[in-house]
Amino acid sequence: MNITWYIVLSSLLFSTGVLGILIRRSPMVILLCLELMLNAGNLALVAFSRMVGNGQGQVFAVIVMVIAACEVVVGLGLIVAIFRRKLPLNVDDLRELRG
Amino acid sequence: MEAVLFFVAAIGALGGAIGVIAMRNPFYSVLALIAHLFSLAVLFLLLTAAFVAAAQVVVYAGAVMVLYVFVVAYVGGGGESAWEPIPGQRLLAPLLGIALFVELSVAVLGSALKALETKGPDVGAGFGNPAAIGRLLLAAVGAIVLAARRREAEGDTPSKHSPTRLEGVSPSAPQA
Amino acid sequence: MSATAWCWLVLLFPLLGSIVIALGFRALPQKAAGAIGTAAIGLSFACGVAALVSLLGDSPDARHHASSLWNYASVAGLDIKLGILTDQLSVFMVLVVTGVSTLIHLYSFGYMASDEGYHRFFSYLNFFVFSMLLLVLAGNFVLLIVGWAFVGFASYALISFWYRRETATRAGMKAFVINVVGDIGLVLAALLIFREIGSFDYGTVFQRAPEVFATNEWSVTAICLLLLLGAFAKSAQLPLHTWLPDAMEGPTPVSALIHAATMVTAGVYLIARTHALFVLAPTAADIAAFIGLATLLVAATIALVMTDLKRAIAYSTMSQIGYMVVGVSIGAYGAGMFHLMTHAFFKALLFMAAGSIIAAMANEQNIDRMSGFGRAMRFTSIAMLCGGLALAAFPLTSGFFSKDEILAYAGSRGGMYVVFTVLGYFGAFLTAIYTFRLIFRILPGEPCPEAQELIDTGHVHHAHPFNPATGEEEDTDVGFPGPEHHIAEQSASMRVAMAVLAFLALVGGLIQMPGIDNVVANWLDPVFADSPLAAIHPSTEWSWIGLAIGGAISLAGIWVAHLLYVRRPELPRSLEARFRGLHTFLFHKWYFDEAIDFLVVRPALAIGRWANRVFERFVVDGLVTGTEETVRGTSGVVRAVQNGFVRSYALLLIAGFAGLALYFLISSS
Repeated sequence: MNITWYIVLSSLLFSTGVLGILIRRSPMVILLCLELMLNAGNLALVAFSRMVGNGQGQVFAVIVMVIAACEVVVGLGLIVAIFRRKLPLNVDDLRELRG
Repeated sequence: MEAVLFFVAAIGALGGAIGVIAMRNPFYSVLALIAHLFSLAVLFLLLTAAFVAAAQVVVYAGAVMVLYVFVVAYVGGGGESAWEPIPGQRLLAPLLGIALFVELSVAVLGSALKALETKGPDVGAGFGNPAAIGRLLLAAVGAIVLAARRREAEGDTPSKHSPTRLEGVSPSAPQA
Repeated sequence: MSATAWCWLVLLFPLLGSIVIALGFRALPQKAAGAIGTAAIGLSFACGVAALVSLLGDSPDARHHASSLWNYASVAGLDIKLGILTDQLSVFMVLVVTGVSTLIHLYSFGYMASDEGYHRFFSYLNFFVFSMLLLVLAGNFVLLIVGWAFVGFASYALISFWYRRETATRAGMKAFVINVVGDIGLVLAALLIFREIGSFDYGTVFQRAPEVFATNEWSVTAICLLLLLGAFAKSAQLPLHTWLPDAMEGPTPVSALIHAATMVTAGVYLIARTHALFVLAPTAADIAAFIGLATLLVAATIALVMTDLKRAIAYSTMSQIGYMVVGVSIGAYGAGMFHLMTHAFFKALLFMAAGSIIAAMANEQNIDRMSGFGRAMRFTSIAMLCGGLALAAFPLTSGFFSKDEILAYAGSRGGMYVVFTVLGYFGAFLTAIYTFRLIFRILPGEPCPEAQELIDTGHVHHAHPFNPATGEEEDTDVGFPGPEHHIAEQSASMRVAMAVLAFLALVGGLIQMPGIDNVVANWLDPVFADSPLAAIHPSTEWSWIGLAIGGAISLAGIWVAHLLYVRRPELPRSLEARFRGLHTFLFHKWYFDEAIDFLVVRPALAIGRWANRVFERFVVDGLVTGTEETVRGTSGVVRAVQNGFVRSYALLLIAGFAGLALYFLISSS
C-alpha cells in the first residue's frame, strides 16, 4: 500500500477531530476529539517512519501517546472539578473564570 | 490481502471517529473511540510498527480509555441541546473541516511520496498478553455497567446524590 | 526729548489712565476716577504740545520722523513694526483730539456725576482716546487697522453704555456691524497695498506708489475705493451712515467726543493721510468728493425736519463731515483739516449745550416740547448760540473761515468742481436754517414747564426715568442714567469746558485768514507737498469774495430761520401740510434704514435661517452623524467576533490555519 493512503486517512481523521471540536459542546467529547486528532498525528508519524525506514517516527509516536495520556488526566480532572461544583458541563456556558 | 486489511481497518477507524463526533451520549462516544483505537492499532501493525500498536492498545485503550470510562460514569452526562447559540457555527464548521481535509490531501498528493513496498523489521512480539488485557478490560466495563444497573434499580440516578458519594463504592472520604 | 518720544508718551497716558481706572474701580472714589481720567488726557495734550514745539525746531521739510518700539514680524518679506509716524499731520490730529478730549472729560466730570457706571465711563473714554491716538499716530497700515478696530470697539462700548436700555444696545450693535463693513474695506485695501508695493509702512508705500502705479490703474483705484469704504463707514457718509443717528443713544459726552470731534473724523484723516494714493486714482477721489457732497445735502435736508435735538445735531455732523470729505478729496487738504479742527470745537460745544438742556428737561429730547430756555439757563444759551453761529458760518466765527475756504478752493480748481462750490453754498444755506431752527425753537419764547420750574425754584425738573426714544419706564440703577441731572449752571467743570470751547469756536478761525495768516495751511503744507493738487491756491481776492458770499448766505439763512420760527411760526406748519409727501420722506431719513433692511438685513437673516435649517441639519449633522453611524456599525461588526465562545474562537483559529495553508499551497505550486 502506498504511504499516501495512510497520510490521507490520517488527514481525514484529523479533519474529523477538528469538526468534532467545533461542533460538540460537552467538554468530555471535545477531549475525545482531541484524542482523535492526536491519534491521527500518530498515524502519520508512523507512516512516515515506515517510509523513511528508521524508527524515529515510532519513538515520537510513543512520546505523543505519553503526552496525550498526561493531558487527558488533567482534562478529566478539570471536568470532575467542574462537575463537583455543579457548574453546567457546557463549553458555551463556561465562559468566565470565577472563584 | 494487505489492501483488504487496510481498508477494513480504515473503515473501522473512520467509523469510530464519526461515532465519536456524532453520538449524543458521551458514553457511546467513548466506546466509539475505543473501537477507533483498535482499528488504529491494526493500521500500525500493517505499517510494521508492532511496538507502537501494542503501546496503543495498552496505554491508550487500556489506561486512558478506562480513565475516560470512569469519569463518564461519574459525571454522567446527557445529550446536548440541539440549539446552537453561535450563529453560523453549524454551517462553517463542516465547511472548514472539509476545506482542511482537501488542503491537506492536496498537499500530500501533490508531493512525490515514494511508495514503500517492503515491510520493515517486526518490532513488537511478546509484549503483554493480549487476551489477559482484553479480559481485564471486560471486567472493568462489566463492573461499571452492573453498578449503573443497580443504581437504576434502586430508583436513583447519580445526579440525585451529592457528588462526594458514590453508591456501591465504599466512601473514601469522611462524610461532609 | 525728541518729538517721537513725546508722541509715545501721548499714547501712554490715556492707556495708563484707562487701565488704572478699570483695575481700581472699587478702590477709587468717584471724583478720583474722573480726575485721573481727565488728567491723563491733559498730560497727553501737554505732550502733544511738547511734540509740536519739538517739531517746530526742525526745518519744515524734515518734520517727519518714524519711530518703532519693536518688530511684530520681519520674515518673508513682511516687515511690520509697532511704529509711529510723527509729522505735521499726526501732531495736528493729536492736538485736536487730546485738546477737545480734555475738555470733554472735564465736562463729563460734572455731567455723569450721578451715574452708577462712572468709573466704567471714564475707563472707556480714556481707552477710546488711546485708540484714536493710536490711529492717527500709526506709522504703518497694520497699526492703523489696530487703532481703527479699537476705536470701533470703544464706540460700541460707549454707545451701549447704558446697557440695560435695549435701544442703546441695539444702536451699539448697529454701529459696530456697519463699522465692520468698513473694516473689511480697510483690511482688503491694506492687503492689496502689500501685494502691489510689498510693504505696510507709510513712508515706503507713499514713496513707491507713483513708481508702482500708473494713473487710474485698476489696482490703485481698487485700493482707494476700499479705503473709501472704510472711511465712509467710520465717518458716517452715505450709504453707511445709518448708525450715526442711532448712536445718539449714548451719553451726551460720548456724542460730543466720538460722534462730533474725533472718531467720525478718522475717515477724513485716512483720506488725507493716503492722499498720495488718491492722487494716482483721480476717479476714486472724485467718487469720494461726490459722495461727500451728496451726504452734505441729504443730511442737511433731514436735519431740517428732525425733532430730536441730539439727532438733529448728529445729522449736522454728518453734513459737516461731508464738507471735510469734499475738501480732502478734491485737494483742499489744509482747508479740510482746518474745518475738522473748527468743527470739533463748535460741534462739541453744541452737544455739550444740548446735554445741559436735555438734563434740564429730565432727559426729554424732543424740541417740540422745549422753549424759553434763553431765560432759564443763561450760560447754556450763550454757549449754544456761540456754537450755532460758528456752525452756521456767521461772519468772523471759526466756521466761517474754514467752511468757505473749502468752497473757494473748489471754485478755483475749476471745471466740474464749480458744482461743489454752488451746491456747497446751498448746503451752507440749509445749515444756517436748520441750526437756527433749533436755536429759535429752544431759546426764545415762553418758558416750557421745565424751564419755568428752573426759573422759579432753581431746581432741575425731576421726572420718572424713561427712555427718550420709546418712552418706556426705567430705573436709575447701573446700566441706566443716574438719578440726578446736571446742568452747566450748576456744575463748574461743565462751565469751564463749555467756556473754553465757546471761545475757540468764536475766535479759532482767526489763525487761518486768507492773505493775513495761514497758520494751519503753512503747518500742514509740507505733508501734502507731493500732491499736484496742493499747488492750486485760490488768490486772496477770490478767497475774500468767497468768504463774503458765504457770510451773506449765512445771514440769509439765519434771517429765513428767524422768519419761520420766530415771526411767523404758523408758516412751518402750513409748509408741512403743503408738502406732506416731501416732509414724510425727509422725516423718515430718506428711507435709508428701510432700504438697508430690505437689501441687506433680510437676505442675511434668510441665509442664516437656511444655513440653520438645511445646511446645518443635513450636511453638517449628516456628516457628523454619518461618521458616527459608520464607526458604530463597523465596530459592531468587529465586536461580534469577540463573543466569548471558545468554539467560535476555535473556528476562527481553524479558519486562519486553513487560509494559511491555502496561501502556502498556492504559492508553492
